[in-house]
Amino acid sequence: MNRAFHPKVITGNALIAGDAVWLTPDDRWSRDMADAELIDDEAHADIRLIEAQRRSGEVVGVYLVDAKAGRNGPAPVHFRETFRTRGPSNYPHGKQVEA
Amino acid sequence: MYRYNDFDERFVRERVAQFRAQVARRVDGSLTEDEFRPLRLMNGLYLQLHAYMLRVAVPYGTLNPTQMRQLAMIADRWDKGYGHFTTRQNIQFNWPELKDVPDILSALADVEMHAIQTSGNTIRNVTADHFAGAAADEIADPRPIAELLRQWSTDHPEFQFLPRKFKIAVTGSPSDRAVTRAHDIGLRMVRNDAGDAGFEVIVGGGLGRTPMIGKVIADFVRQADLLPYVEAVVSVWNLLGRRDNKYKARLKITVHEHGIEEIQRLVDERFRTIQGDFSGIDQEFLAEIEHAFRAPAFFVKSTDAYEAARLANPAFRSWADTNLAQHRAPGYAIVSISLKKHGATPGDASSAQMRIMADLAERYGHSELRVSHEQNIVLPHVHRSDLPALYQTLQVANLATANIGLISDIIACPGMDYCALATARSIPIAQEIATRFDELKLEHDIGPLKIKISGCINACGHHHVGHIGILGLDRAGVENYQITLGGDHTETAVIGERAGPGFSADDIVPAIERLVLGYLDLRQAADETFLETYRRLGATPFKTLLYPSEETANAA
Repeated sequence: MNRAFHPKVITGNALIAGDAVWLTPDDRWSRDMADAELIDDEAHADIRLIEAQRRSGEVVGVYLVDAKAGRNGPAPVHFRETFRTRGPSNYPHGKQVEA
Repeated sequence: MYRYNDFDERFVRERVAQFRAQVARRVDGSLTEDEFRPLRLMNGLYLQLHAYMLRVAVPYGTLNPTQMRQLAMIADRWDKGYGHFTTRQNIQFNWPELKDVPDILSALADVEMHAIQTSGNTIRNVTADHFAGAAADEIADPRPIAELLRQWSTDHPEFQFLPRKFKIAVTGSPSDRAVTRAHDIGLRMVRNDAGDAGFEVIVGGGLGRTPMIGKVIADFVRQADLLPYVEAVVSVWNLLGRRDNKYKARLKITVHEHGIEEIQRLVDERFRTIQGDFSGIDQEFLAEIEHAFRAPAFFVKSTDAYEAARLANPAFRSWADTNLAQHRAPGYAIVSISLKKHGATPGDASSAQMRIMADLAERYGHSELRVSHEQNIVLPHVHRSDLPALYQTLQVANLATANIGLISDIIACPGMDYCALATARSIPIAQEIATRFDELKLEHDIGPLKIKISGCINACGHHHVGHIGILGLDRAGVENYQITLGGDHTETAVIGERAGPGFSADDIVPAIERLVLGYLDLRQAADETFLETYRRLGATPFKTLLYPSEETANAA
């Protein structure tokens, strides 16, 4: 295992709705990042990314991004990814108000 | 205003039908995202952080009430009840679902609108002075030329795969309200010694990661030669433009690399080659277009009611002093409706507000509305006697903020609240600055001051040409805001100078407060503007205001 590898999740946007989704361990696309598969092995991450990219009928713009283990599941590291789990800051729109 | 002819109508409808089929093929798996992406971008559909975003063209910022109401309907039916007006006079919907976009485009086509060429490496929506056809200082309405350019550039076969996007702005007035010096091509109507109207042609301006003020390539191009001349410019760049590096592909870099003299020589050569192909048919079209843009029949009536309201109502007087501009017709005013209520998102209008503005335009404004690049809505033709009633309606709709041109009239791009390219948020910074200076009750005392905020170096928020520019960056995983000073977007355009190290999200508003309160002490008189004081004194005293501790450290 690569010593420098930081744990990651796979994310993208849903094809029809366009909202942020994350790849779960059981191969679903969840709208909740806490359901995501936290990947701590680089080789496994590469394979999962290839698999995810094949599912272009469901998602758009798939990428690997740093994440950390949170209380309820994987949590964002960078503020951009935090915003993606929440929605915009100027209106109560997006995931922050969706159940 | 211009109405679609059969050709326009058929073209737009065909594009909607094509896109409907393309979406269906994407959803059923016949098209991959790589195949579909350029098709959706050709129709203005982006994918952002939380959703798709549809950018709808508002040609030269002109709308009629029917179109504004249709935008409100689209916002209610397929979005979240609002729209965002942009610095390129367009409107963006932040929450459409892919499956609904063909229906949205069809609803736009019903009112002679579309989203074509609002993205991609094409000639984008041609922007114009938002006071066009109304401004007291104007030589002529620039919108007929803008419309001619729109018709020429739409689906122009030579210019569908340009090295990069290409932006044109037009003004008919010596006061540049269209930021012509920060466009790939800026056109300024001027008169030659014989008194004929023509255009000064400016090329190679632009903001973004390499900001440049445009250079004059031709002092005077006759109106009859303008289309072949503009085509020659785009044509020369289309061959020379750096397709190997997207950061060097814009015309500003081409002009910088080859020099304005060489570009001028090539453009003149190309112009002579193609000029003959323009048989004059463009001028026939132009004459028809000019007819469509003829001025409304202005009323001649008393302005007593306006004068009486000014005396009776201080709030109305304050709004009138701030939000009205000089109209060319006696008794008339140009009304700027602020979409910058303190604490609101710059440029956003709810569907209810859109309908009210449409109603007001119909009742009092000869059925015209404009979108300004400063993200406000303009009613270009209102008789002063109607202003008291108009103001009352605006007040009820939260649209009567008296802050046009003041510190809270901030340009802000969507930033990282929406945009996938952003490196930091812009909107909350704009909201906090506006709210803070409203609390201080100082903005009318501060006077004209342009703050412009971008959430990344692409500079959609025009920060380089703000008197105070703010650029949001990602510094080691934290939002950081860099300040530029002394920018100017007008006919005396200047790129602002970077003040120094950036500020955290918590420190940026206090820094702006220090800067602006400090300016009040530095100015020679109450009517010396921030920009004038900056030009008189240079950057040093302003840097001292921003970085007081460093000054102490250096002195010690």
